[in-house]
Amino acid sequence: MLRLERVSKRFGELVAVNGISLNVLRGTIAAIIGPNGAGKSTLFNAITGIYPPSSGEIFFEEKRIDGWPTHRIAAAGIARTFQNIRLFSFMAAIDNVLAGEDAHLHARLWDSLLHTPRQRREEKEARERARELLRFVGLEGVSETYARNLPYGSQRRLEIARALASRPKLLLLDEPAAGMNPREKAELGDLVRAIRERGITVLLIEHDMGLVMRICEEITVLDYGECIAHGTPTEVRNDPRVIAAYLGTAVA
Amino acid sequence: MHEFLAQLINGISLGGIYALIALGYTMVYGIIGLINFAHGDVYTLGSFFALTILTALGVSGELHGVALVVDVAIALIGAALLCGIAGVLIERLAYRRLRNAPRLAPLITAIGVSFILENVMQIWKGPSPVPFPAVVPNPSVMIAGVAVGAQQMLVVGLAVVMMVALQLFIHNTRLGRAMRATAQDRDAAQLMGININKTIMLTFLIGSALAGVAGFVSGVYYQSTWFFNGFGAGLKAFTAAVLGGIGNIGGAMLGGFLIGIIESFATWKFGGQWSNVTVFAILILVLVFRPSGLLGEAVFDRA
Repeated sequence: MLRLERVSKRFGELVAVNGISLNVLRGTIAAIIGPNGAGKSTLFNAITGIYPPSSGEIFFEEKRIDGWPTHRIAAAGIARTFQNIRLFSFMAAIDNVLAGEDAHLHARLWDSLLHTPRQRREEKEARERARELLRFVGLEGVSETYARNLPYGSQRRLEIARALASRPKLLLLDEPAAGMNPREKAELGDLVRAIRERGITVLLIEHDMGLVMRICEEITVLDYGECIAHGTPTEVRNDPRVIAAYLGTAVA
Repeated sequence: MHEFLAQLINGISLGGIYALIALGYTMVYGIIGLINFAHGDVYTLGSFFALTILTALGVSGELHGVALVVDVAIALIGAALLCGIAGVLIERLAYRRLRNAPRLAPLITAIGVSFILENVMQIWKGPSPVPFPAVVPNPSVMIAGVAVGAQQMLVVGLAVVMMVALQLFIHNTRLGRAMRATAQDRDAAQLMGININKTIMLTFLIGSALAGVAGFVSGVYYQSTWFFNGFGAGLKAFTAAVLGGIGNIGGAMLGGFLIGIIESFATWKFGGQWSNVTVFAILILVLVFRPSGLLGEAVFDRA
């Protein structure tokens, strides 16, 4: 579904990502792990078009998407959340979700100014879907609260709901469990599985090994911008290079 | 007391015009962080467009009945539309390429665009003030012992209708939501599939169209226009936007009416030569003691 071919990203002298190839299969929950600074978020930025890759190719459903503008990549079916939460903080939770639906709404300036039946119907249906999504992530009670006034864990859930609103085929989660307590992490694991049940492929960056090992089928390990291992949780856990580079210190 | 009320009503009418202009300043600032100094000139452009349309319609004096409604509507909508297009063109040609440049670059460009517009308008209608036909009859009604003219009611009424419509648009429509989202986090908005180029274009369209409405009503109200009008009015509207909290839509409206009232009272109490001094002294005081304005800065959303 998502295929990266020898993708590199340089910032001046710094090679943040070096020749990464990666294949995410439809319907899986896959993870990218690695120490801080390994290039994981850079890879997400390359996929979503924020920083297009310096070289290499990115294919999504066999269409080459590197070089596309960000909103077009989003419209093609890739949505993401952010490591440092980037909600629209002065908008109500439901408006955040509705903003995520934007690419699927058709009301033109004309419809909005004249308040046409088409605009009203579309807005009503969009609100209905947004409420359903808030229910799905467990935020049904706070739809009118400003995003910034939500507790941290809820903000992470709201980011997921906003991303789902764009009806992605592939969802990228950047450290979704960061700052969560064990109970919230467990709920997050269930949520990610439920997302996959909806037919959405999930690729996540995560530091919490327990969570990654429990929910992911495929794991790619990065270190210093290079891919050092790839496989199932069991394979990765037993890979000597991974143990040396990362797990050896993180899990011990 | 009577004079006080009369000046208050004058101030509110004047404030309605400032508020309409201030909205454009604050919307553009809210969405791309630019003080669009050419915005005052778009307002003048509005009065020029309206004048040209009225002349083309053969209107040279007071209108009545159906002709009043139809011709005023054509001039008003025409001026708003043409100003909106002008705003979009300015954004496209002068600002878009500089969107990620250091902030000073687009600011200087905006001042340049302002000079260009002023010079073009000077060539267009000459260096002296031009008369604007008194299309709207001005019977007055007595409110609390003060005569309120129909033109004043038109100014305030149009301003209020535009503001309410803008609030409804921003809070209840897809495009308004996209504007708020883009103002708050442009990258995230883009990643959610929002086309930010279109959204920014729309912001210029609406802000400039409101300036066009202001240009039309100022022509009707003062029965005169001048290529250099937008300089002073633009600065005062900018002051209004800062007073209310730049980037804040409710703040621009509040600030606009306050500046109008302050100017009107300053003229009454200290004389016309002191009105600008008073207004800009207030700008300085706000910048020193409450730089984020009365209602807070750059939120776009708070009404």
